[in-house]
Parts: sequence; structure tokens; C-alpha cells
Amino acid sequence: MNAIGYVAVAGQVMAVVIGAPLLTGWMRQVRARLEGRAGPGPLQPWRDVRKLLRKEPITPVGTGPAFRAAPALLVATTVVAAALVPLLSTDTPVSAHADLIVVVALIALGTLALALAGLDTGTAFGGMGASREMTVASLVEPTLLLSVFALSIPAGTTNIPAIVSSAAHAPARLASPAGLLAIAALAVAILAETGRIPVDNPSTHLELTMIHEAMVLEYAGPDLALVELGAQMRLTLLLGLLSSLFAPWGIATSASWAALAVALALLAAKVLLLGAVLAAAEVFWAKVRLFRVPELLAGSFLLALLAVTASYFLNGAA
Amino acid sequence: MSVIPAALASATGLGGVGALAGIGLPDRLRVPAVGVVTAGVGVTGGAAGVAALGGSRWAADYAGLVPLAGAHLAVDALAGLFMAVAGAVVTAVAVYGIGYAAGLGGHGLGSRTAQAVLPLFALSLLLVPVAASVSTFLLLWELMALGSLPLVLPEHRERSAVRQAGVWYAVMTHLGLMLLLAGFALFAARAGGETFTALRTGAPGMSPTLRAVVFVLVASAFLSKAGAVPLHAWLPRAYPEAPGPVSALMSATMVNLGIYGLVRTGLDLLDGGPAWWWLGLLAVGGCSAVYGVLQAAMASDLKRLVAYSSSENMGLVLIGVGASGLFASHGDRPLAALALAAALLHVVNHAAFKALLFCAAGSVQRSTGLRDLDRLGGLRSRMPLTAAFFALAALGAVALPPGNGFISEWLLLQSLIHGLAVHGIAVAVVLPLSVALIALSAGIAAAVFVKALGVGFFARPRDARAASAREAPAPMLAGMALLAAGLMALAVVPGLLGGGLDRAVGAVGLPGSGALTGGGLKVRLADISAQLSPLWVVAALTVAILLAVALPRLYGRRRRRVNARLWDCGGGAPTPRMAYTATSFAEPLQRVFDDVLAPEQDVDVTPVRESAYLVERVRFQHRVPDRIEHRLYEPVLRGLARAGRAARRLAGGSVHLYLGYGFAGLVVLLSALAVGW
Repeated sequence: MNAIGYVAVAGQVMAVVIGAPLLTGWMRQVRARLEGRAGPGPLQPWRDVRKLLRKEPITPVGTGPAFRAAPALLVATTVVAAALVPLLSTDTPVSAHADLIVVVALIALGTLALALAGLDTGTAFGGMGASREMTVASLVEPTLLLSVFALSIPAGTTNIPAIVSSAAHAPARLASPAGLLAIAALAVAILAETGRIPVDNPSTHLELTMIHEAMVLEYAGPDLALVELGAQMRLTLLLGLLSSLFAPWGIATSASWAALAVALALLAAKVLLLGAVLAAAEVFWAKVRLFRVPELLAGSFLLALLAVTASYFLNGAA
Repeated sequence: MSVIPAALASATGLGGVGALAGIGLPDRLRVPAVGVVTAGVGVTGGAAGVAALGGSRWAADYAGLVPLAGAHLAVDALAGLFMAVAGAVVTAVAVYGIGYAAGLGGHGLGSRTAQAVLPLFALSLLLVPVAASVSTFLLLWELMALGSLPLVLPEHRERSAVRQAGVWYAVMTHLGLMLLLAGFALFAARAGGETFTALRTGAPGMSPTLRAVVFVLVASAFLSKAGAVPLHAWLPRAYPEAPGPVSALMSATMVNLGIYGLVRTGLDLLDGGPAWWWLGLLAVGGCSAVYGVLQAAMASDLKRLVAYSSSENMGLVLIGVGASGLFASHGDRPLAALALAAALLHVVNHAAFKALLFCAAGSVQRSTGLRDLDRLGGLRSRMPLTAAFFALAALGAVALPPGNGFISEWLLLQSLIHGLAVHGIAVAVVLPLSVALIALSAGIAAAVFVKALGVGFFARPRDARAASAREAPAPMLAGMALLAAGLMALAVVPGLLGGGLDRAVGAVGLPGSGALTGGGLKVRLADISAQLSPLWVVAALTVAILLAVALPRLYGRRRRRVNARLWDCGGGAPTPRMAYTATSFAEPLQRVFDDVLAPEQDVDVTPVRESAYLVERVRFQHRVPDRIEHRLYEPVLRGLARAGRAARRLAGGSVHLYLGYGFAGLVVLLSALAVGW
């Protein structure tokens, strides 16, 4: 049992690390096809990472330890979160530590490290990106935690494996008003947290509209590879989290190799599907103005609050 | 023979010795001697607190010590917790203070008055929780208030704002004392005794209205001391203007005593109350948390920012205390114990990171003479240790793992999330809102400390004084290192505090929560469970960071790091003036919360005389005033001034008139007596 548990954790981490560039490539490819372009193929982000890793590391003059440490910290927080979130199995050696609040906080820690790195460069773009990123991140936080709240009410705990397995045993709960509201709120929060359209445009080339890209403008070579990989891993992880929470079918609840293999295949399918939907939506959406973003986030906050109250009045009080 | 009385006696003795040393010794010897003695006060007082946390109790009455009433002293685990925190902070800050005041040559904090008062103030911080009767408590409370006042003022020659801050602080703290006096006098009169034991036995027999009046009066006073909105106006004035060690002492220990008073009176002496008391407390806590952190986000003064963060954190603690009372009033005592444990743990964590933040900010101010973040910057290379300490404390303050603040906020969130098991519409509405407010304040706090650290310590210096900063002297670094060690211990092995925290919660009659055990936190109540192991998180993050650093190196070809210019859009090297400042960093948040903050902006364009189209000078002024102060305090102050002017007409200067007033007053009094009122 133990061996399978460790393999499951390693599998989750590897799936996120290796799958992240593939997911990004897949989404870009879907988008390219929908826009009538041929697209570079889903392997392109991997080639980019490989190329960047082989370049010489560059330190911009005037930056300090925060700038140097941020890429590794970003990747590390995501790796720890990937080990915790039950993407493949709810029965792992670390599942006791897999608290939803901890996962949310770890992801916020990665954001914070990158924002500090942006300020550390002492340039206007770095500061601008950091300021915008922190504004968005601070407004996302209430939605995230209220969604956590709503999700933890039926399960009676904030432990993600427990939430997932309780949802897998009572699938009707997922279609309840509370479940649907929570998924909508969490989806908006994840869009904001990963810097996708309509909050931020990951493929923008205009500095003034950038959020995430402005922060990391000074990175080059292997550092840039880590930053990009980190951002892609976060997207993969959060889409995986969303699919685990709201479509928990297929996640191994017992320790068997077959279940693990099925879980891996289903995880890939679910995340690729979510990625395709997101990419397709991005073709039709435009990025909203920065100062309209709070309205979007306030809306998602309201949904999360409704989810909690619905959860209380429909389940708790009954 | 308990260790507590011996420790308390030696702390008191050392306090006296320190005061005498402050008065008597010459300039050069004064600061080190007082510093060492004050550290001794901290160590002995803290030892008494630790002993109480370990389970020993002590009580004694000294009839002759205070005229008429006598002094009543008692130490239980709740008092012990606050004494241990105060002791630890006093010790570290006293060491820090030696370095801070040493170079001042007998001025400022090094002056005779300040150095004589410092040990007494430290002593009063340790002794307030020991008081076990109303008169003793009020006496020590007032000693604390009076002791802190001269310590806020030492730099009054340099800045006029210091005098203003002193006046605000003195007035508000004494208004608080009046409320406290009124509340406790009423309580003691109706409960039939002024010792805490008598109050405890008398409280259940009092009418609900009376209990409510006592609670509201006393709670307002304590909330003002804790810096809760809207009674916080003194806090963002006094802390920034006080010298570094004093702001550290006040923010890390004195505000705690407000919480101590609230818990002691509300949950212990009055033994809980109806739900609306606690809902009110939750509302005050939520407002303080969000308003405090928003003002911190707008502040570009480093110490003002840290001061407002105190308001925020006390708000979080109040949410915990309020939730605890609310759960207790609904009869769920285990959950109440959990919420109170979370609140008390946050008090401890806040004290640790806030003392370190203020010490680091004080060290920046001492070295550069600057507090304005818009002028600071680049300190990480000039003052690497101070910057590292500030970063460590900021990690605690942003409530993210692996910081210590995260642990208590996690526990607080757990208690609120599981509070829905308590039935009642009010609970169902208030708890999600509280969670959202905590989350919002945590999110904005992250932005606040990214700003403070990123703009103040990273990037490049924006002012010559910041560019020529020098690292703090050794004693200051030693003091900060002590605090940092405590901070890390709290962040990694909070379980060490477990038994003591349970005893402190038990002191108000709630069952122990057992939340902190061994290496981690476990919440196990009837139908809920959750666990957090800070040590595990730290270990996992370390391993992951090592992997993230090592693996790309294995893959890529090994090359030397080369330096390159920053990207400058082809426009020449960017100057420090182009870098983002604290004000610009906060601008998006200010826009989002425009309606709450109501910033004021003035653009003053002066054209040249010949043509209105040619501009000679543009003056741009922007500030974000404290809106509550603006709307709540200024009308009251204006009204008072108007009443004063109107009353001046009564004093016409004629002696006959004054004699007439005396006569009329006497007649009114006598007739009132005659009517038999």
C-alpha cells in the first residue's frame, strides 16, 4: 500500500511538472486552430523550456536575492501543492497534510515571491506588474477562502482528500445549488489566480496591459524557464484541483495499481478538456480593463457567499 | 514554594533599580545599565509567566501596599500567557534599546527621563495581568499609561508631530481610563466587592441590563487600548512618532493587554453574555481588520504602515474572541475554546512579528532618518541583516506558510468554518462574512508587506540618505535576533506552546482545545477534523526548493552567471526615480476601495502672468486621510471647541459674578437635598 501511495504522490508531481507545458501547448494549439492558424504543435512549450534551460543564466544589474530566489520558490510552492492535492489518489502518505487552506496559501506564497522579484528589479514595469498582481491576488483571496468554506461544510473538514472522497460517494451533492455556485466562484478565482483572459492576457506583448508578464520582464535563460514552467504548473494544478473537487470520478480511493493508472488517464482527459474549454472561451473573450477586474471578482465573491449560505440552509440546517 | 512570587519580587526590584539607574547614572553608563536591568525585568517577569503557563498558580493580598483598598495579586495561566509574551518582548527590546539609545548622547530615548521611565513601563506591562482587584488593576493600568507617555515623547524637539501624537495618546488613553473606572466602579458596587473573586461570584446575580452596561463601558476602554476601529485614532499617531524600541514595546505588549482585559472581564469575570455582545465584538473586529489593513496599504510611512497593521491583527484577535463568546453563548464550549485558543495564539504570534517589524523599522529610521517608503529603497545591500529580519517578520505578518501568523489564522479559520455546526441564523450569516473579512485582510496584508519590503528594502535607493545607510549596531541586531529566534520557533514548532495555551483557555472556564500538540496542530471536535503540521510544510518546501534549484542545473550546460543591464526600452539606464514607489504601488488598491478610503487630491496650476496657457508651476497634492478620524473625531472636536468658546462668556471676569455662581450652585444643591433626591 505504502509503495503505491508514494508512487501516487510522485505521479501527481510528475504529471503536473511534465504535463504543464503539454497542457499549455495543447491550449495554444486549440486556440490557433479556432483562429484559423496552423499552430506550432503542443510540444512547443517543452522545446522553449529546453532551449531556455541551456542558455546562460543572466543577472540584471541592481537586482538582489529576492529576484534570484523567486523562480525556484514559485516552482517549489507549486510542487508541494501538487503533492498535496489529490489529483490521482486520495490515499497517499501526505494526504493527512493536504489541507485546502494550506494549498491556497502555498499558491499565494508563489505569487508573493514573484511580486517581490518584480519590485526587486527597481524598474517601472516590475513595480507595475507587482502592484497589479498583488491587487488582484488580494481580491481573489476572499473568494477562494469562501469557496473553501462552502466545500468543507458537507465534508466537515478542510482536508482535500476527505472532501474529494465524500463527494465521490455522494455525487448528487455536486449538482446541488451550493456545489454549482461554489464551482462557478472557484472557476473565476482560478482564472484570476492563473492570469488568464479576462483578467490578464498571457500572450500580450504590450507592457502597459501586462500583469504577470510585466513582473517577469527581466528574467532570461534558466530563470525564465523556471518562471514559465511555474506559471504553467499552476494552471495545470488549479485546473486539476477544480476537476478533483467537482468531478472526482476516477480518482483512486484505494491503493491499487490499476486504479492509479485509470486515475492518471482520467486526470489527463479532464484537464485537457478543461484546457480546451478555457482556450476556446479565450478566443471569444476579450481581456477586461484592469479596473473592471474588481467587479468580476466581486461577482465571484457573491457567488461564493451564496454557496456558503445555500450550503448552510439546504444541508446544514436540514 | 512557587517560583512566581520570587520572580515577581525580583522583577519589581529590578524595575526600581533601573529607574534609579536611569536618574542617577551619567550619560555614558546610563543606557547600557538601564538596558541590562530592563532585560532582567523582562526575564524575571517572563519566567513568572512561563511558570504560570506551566500550571502553577499564585495569589496574595497585601493590605498595606495600597491605601484603603490594599493590593490583591493573582496569577493564573491566562495572566501567565500575557506575562510570558510581555517578558519575552521586553527582554529582546531592552537589548535592542541599548544599541538604539547608545549613540544619542543623552538626548531622545537616551535622556534621563526616558531611561528612568523605561524600566517602570516594562514592569507595568508585566504586572497589569497580575492584578486581581479593581483598584490594583486600575492603578497598574494607569501606571502603564503614564509610563508610556514620556516614552512616546522623547523626539519632540525634532518633530512637532510628536507633540500632537502625545496629546492624542494622552487624551484617548485617559478617556479609556474613565470608561474603565466607570464600568468597574459600577460592577464592583453591584457585585458586592472589588476583588476579582468577589466580582466573579457577584456577576451572575446582576441584572442583564447592568451587566450589559458594564460590558459595553469596559469593552470600549479595552478596545481603545487594543487599537480597534473606531477607537484607534491614537495608534497611527503615537507608534510612528515614538522611538523604535518604544513602538515595539507598545505594539507588541501594550495592545495585548487590551485583549487581556476584554477576555478577563467578558469571559471570566462576567462569565460570558448574550450573543449580541459577541456579535458586536465580531463586527468591531471585522471592521478593524479590513480598515486597518486598508490604511496600512495606503500608508507610505513605514512605521505608520506597521502601526495600522496592529489594528488589523487586533481585529483578527477580536474576531476570535467574539466567536468564542458567541459559541459559548450558544452552549458549544469546545468550539468556544478553539476560537479563544486561536485568538490567544494570534496574540502571541502578533507580538513576535510586530516587535520585530518595529525594531527593524526603527533601525531603518535610526540609520537613515527616513520613514517615507517613497524615499527609501536598496537597503538590502546596505543593511542586509535588518532587511532579513524585516523580511522574516513580514512573512509572519502576511499569514502565509511557513510564517507564524499563518498558524493562528488557520486555527481561527478552522474555528469559524466549523462554527456553522452551531445553529442560529445570526451565526450562519456572521461566520461566512467573518471568514471573508479575514481572507480579504490577509490578501491585502500580503500586498502591504510586499510593498513595505519590496519598495523599502529592495530595488534601488531613492534618496541619498537611504543610499548611505549603515547597518545597525550589534546590540540592536542581537535584540532583533532574539525576536527572530522566537518567531521561527513559533512558526515551526508551535506545539511547544500547546499545554500552556490550553491552560490559558482553561483559566476562563472553557475546556482545553488540545489544538496544539507536539509538532503540529490538530483540530478534533465532535464531527470535524483538520490538521496542519508546520514542520512538514517547512520540510516539504525546503526539499522542493532544493529540487527546483538543482534539477535545471543538472540539465542545462553549466555556465557562469553573467551580469546584464536592466531592460531600458532603449531609453538609457533607468534611474531610481523611474522605479515604482509605495504610493504608486498602492494606487490600484486605492482605486478599488475609493469609496471607503475617500482620498483627497489637489491640483494647483499657476499660469504665468502674461498668458493663462503657459504654466509656471503645478502643485499636486495627494493624501489618503483616515476617514474615520475625519468623520467621527473632527466633528466632536469642533463641537467641543465651540462649546468651550460659548462657555467663555460665562466667565466675565467679575468677582461678583463668580460669587453669584457659587451661591446659585449651593442653593441648587441644597434644594435638591431638601426635595430628597
